[in-house]
Amino acid sequence: MSDIHGHAAQHEGQAPAFYLEEEHHPEGSTMLGFWLYLMSDCLIFAVLFATHGVLGRNYAAGPSPADLFDLPLVAVNTSMLLFSSITYGFAMLAMERYEKKVTLFWMAITALFGIAFVSLELYEFAHMIHEGAGPQRSAFLSSFFTLVGTHGLHVTSGIVWMFVLMAQVAKHGLIPENKRRLMCLSMFWHFLDVVWIGVFSFVYLIGVIG
Amino acid sequence: MFSDPDLLKFIFGRLNLDAIPYHEPILVATFLAVVIGGVALVGLITYYRFWGVLWRDWLTSVDHKKIGIMYIILALVMLLRGFADAIMMRLQQAIAFGGSEGYLPPHHYDQIFTAHGVIMIFFMAMPFVTGLMNFVVPLQIGARDVSFPFLNNFSFWMTTAGAVIIMLSLFVGEFARTGWLAYPPLSGADYSPGVGVDYYIWGLQVAGIGTTLSGINLIATIVKMRAPGMTMMKMPVFTWTSLCTNVLIVATFPVLTATLALLTLDRYAGTNFFTNDLGGNPMMYINLIWIWGHPEVYILVLPAFGIFSEVVATFCGKRLFGYASMVYATVVITILSYIVWLHHFFTMGSGASVNAFFGITTMIISIPTGAKMFNWLFTMYRGRIRYEVPMLWTVGFMVTFVLGGMTGVLLAVPPADFVLHNSLFLIAHFHNVIIGGVVFGLLAGVYYWFPKAFGFRLDPFWGKMSFWFWLIGFYFAFMPLYVLGLMGVTRRVNSFEDPSLQIWFVIAAFGAFLIALGILSLLIQFAVSFIRREELRDTTGDPWDARTLEWSTSSPPPDYNFAFTPLVHDHDSWWDMKRRGHSRPLAGFKPIHMPKNTGTGVILGAISVVFAFAMVWYIWWLAGLSFLAMVAIAIGHTFNYDRDYYIPADIVTETEGKRTELLAGEV
Repeated sequence: MSDIHGHAAQHEGQAPAFYLEEEHHPEGSTMLGFWLYLMSDCLIFAVLFATHGVLGRNYAAGPSPADLFDLPLVAVNTSMLLFSSITYGFAMLAMERYEKKVTLFWMAITALFGIAFVSLELYEFAHMIHEGAGPQRSAFLSSFFTLVGTHGLHVTSGIVWMFVLMAQVAKHGLIPENKRRLMCLSMFWHFLDVVWIGVFSFVYLIGVIG
Repeated sequence: MFSDPDLLKFIFGRLNLDAIPYHEPILVATFLAVVIGGVALVGLITYYRFWGVLWRDWLTSVDHKKIGIMYIILALVMLLRGFADAIMMRLQQAIAFGGSEGYLPPHHYDQIFTAHGVIMIFFMAMPFVTGLMNFVVPLQIGARDVSFPFLNNFSFWMTTAGAVIIMLSLFVGEFARTGWLAYPPLSGADYSPGVGVDYYIWGLQVAGIGTTLSGINLIATIVKMRAPGMTMMKMPVFTWTSLCTNVLIVATFPVLTATLALLTLDRYAGTNFFTNDLGGNPMMYINLIWIWGHPEVYILVLPAFGIFSEVVATFCGKRLFGYASMVYATVVITILSYIVWLHHFFTMGSGASVNAFFGITTMIISIPTGAKMFNWLFTMYRGRIRYEVPMLWTVGFMVTFVLGGMTGVLLAVPPADFVLHNSLFLIAHFHNVIIGGVVFGLLAGVYYWFPKAFGFRLDPFWGKMSFWFWLIGFYFAFMPLYVLGLMGVTRRVNSFEDPSLQIWFVIAAFGAFLIALGILSLLIQFAVSFIRREELRDTTGDPWDARTLEWSTSSPPPDYNFAFTPLVHDHDSWWDMKRRGHSRPLAGFKPIHMPKNTGTGVILGAISVVFAFAMVWYIWWLAGLSFLAMVAIAIGHTFNYDRDYYIPADIVTETEGKRTELLAGEV
């Protein structure tokens, strides 16, 4: 932001400067814009959580969380996602040091953790559907599959984004545009981590207890 | 090979020749009119060799001013469609008495009232509001464009794609017969197995993406791009109301998206969110949709309040009375709008305490709104009022809106609502506030900012004709509905038994006819003004002696809006500049950094129409293909790093030089 020279002149009764002589460069809006996007996405999850809160006990004489959830599997899955956040953090640290290859390496590791997470989730879904507990069985299962599946879809698009960005970093290096994009993906990836902690506690743990 | 039913089903999904409504004379005539009009338009564009200009300067433009204008054109086109639905309903209800079934069978009538509501809210009012905000806000805050110019273009095309999807349902298949919010279980797969609700869902989902992204864009613009010196409490009131509206958009449209996605899953994947069995709960949908739906009405009306604030201050030649209280009232309305949604269904039976809570919060909203009303009144008090057309709309609004607001407070009383729920009283109430508030405001805004956009004023005679037809037509059309509602007549009925009610419907139909004349006058106004544009030319850039920054630049503004970024010392900063004698810089221009146009937005919009059409008709291969195409094009776009250019300093000097000549000619 530039200084405003007007105030002093104002008291003298003469007109202050009304135009900025030098070029005005507003600060970048990308981070704010991306935060706003994340918060709007968060509202989608809020609706799905609320729906699960209302419909999550409507088993319709079908299976309940205690019958279905395999907590050790979910624990492994959770650790995949949490580890991926740490490795993405390493990628960002490497980015700050302008080490392109190290950044790419940690991004690849992050993507692998992400793929492992999505694969385990798909295995869990397939297993439940195989046992006759598909999303059509009851309102509880509808909301379970939708909430967890929406999160899984987000992780999947995060993985696609990761590969696209790896190609762009490989091609153009750690230029300001790419650093900004890496920062956005970082926010997106950690956001999904936070949402998953909600899913894990609210859907799996409380589901099995309740 | 083509007689193989499985193959046909694979290729065309559930689409077949029966989907074309060639047995409905009204639709065939409409279709022919659209075809003739379309051919004429394409012919004219070709004749005048306009295609290149259209593509380069408009469809692919990332300039917020052009995008704003395109939004408003979309809104005006959809206003005609939505109004055609309205006048058909009024005619049907005026004649369907005493055994007469009228001319619209229930099957058709139900589609019309659904389409009317959906189109007027999502594809008339929303693009109109977004268009005005897009055009005006960057100019008011002294910025050269919005924060994310490409995203702006993309948002516009997604909104247009949604409108195209809704319009397609007129000629291929049918539209929803559920009412504009598509309550389940009626909108579920069991009771609405056809394509109508699917058209509804995909049209709104595609447009909703555009709306949410444009909301994010405008918030970022207002927060980050203001001219130096313009603190939050020095922003023009229209910018303030735009900020609050966009906060509401970002805070509610995702709820609509998620809710419609759940309904989609119920219809496509057989889930049980809102079904009657296996644990589903339709009231969950109704709660969620109104958590979006109530803030939505404030999304529409807050910018209208902003427009009236600008108009009152300008045409009374006074600083707006109570600027700070206006801002606080806007913010309070923004917050309160989020905690009143349940008043749309007091009859759900959630109990006295819950209903009382939502009834009281609803009534409290009338306090900040009333404060605004007094601010406008006190601005007029001892002002030097010029009754130009925007001021007429403002005074018409103040009278009409107070009436609508008071019937709203009446409906907020739960016991009264039990009597009036779903009656024509409710219909009269919300048309009272939406026409009297939103539409009047938008039309005032069009008249007010038109010279800024095109460089000439609108013809005042036809503007006044339009205003009086609209105002008087409104009272004739909706006062009878209050009466009918109090007598217990419910909404969405296509024929009546009791002949004593007929006179009220005839009066209402007459009112709709007057409004039709108002819309006609509006169109004549555009034509006449275009013909008389040399007489109506605005060479000053400030035809109304106005107060905010958009009037400090030329009409129409150059691509870069401001050659030098303005420095702001006070609110009403252009007034401040005029009062304290600013001098417009005439030399020392520098190259200006601008974003490049791109066709990605319009291409993605077009493919999303194909995707939605394929989803509606279960043409899975096409849906998959078009989805992959969209992802590929979006990713491809991110590989383009060459997105901006500089307007050279000598072009800026030349443009500003022309303006200097114009200004000198005026003096």
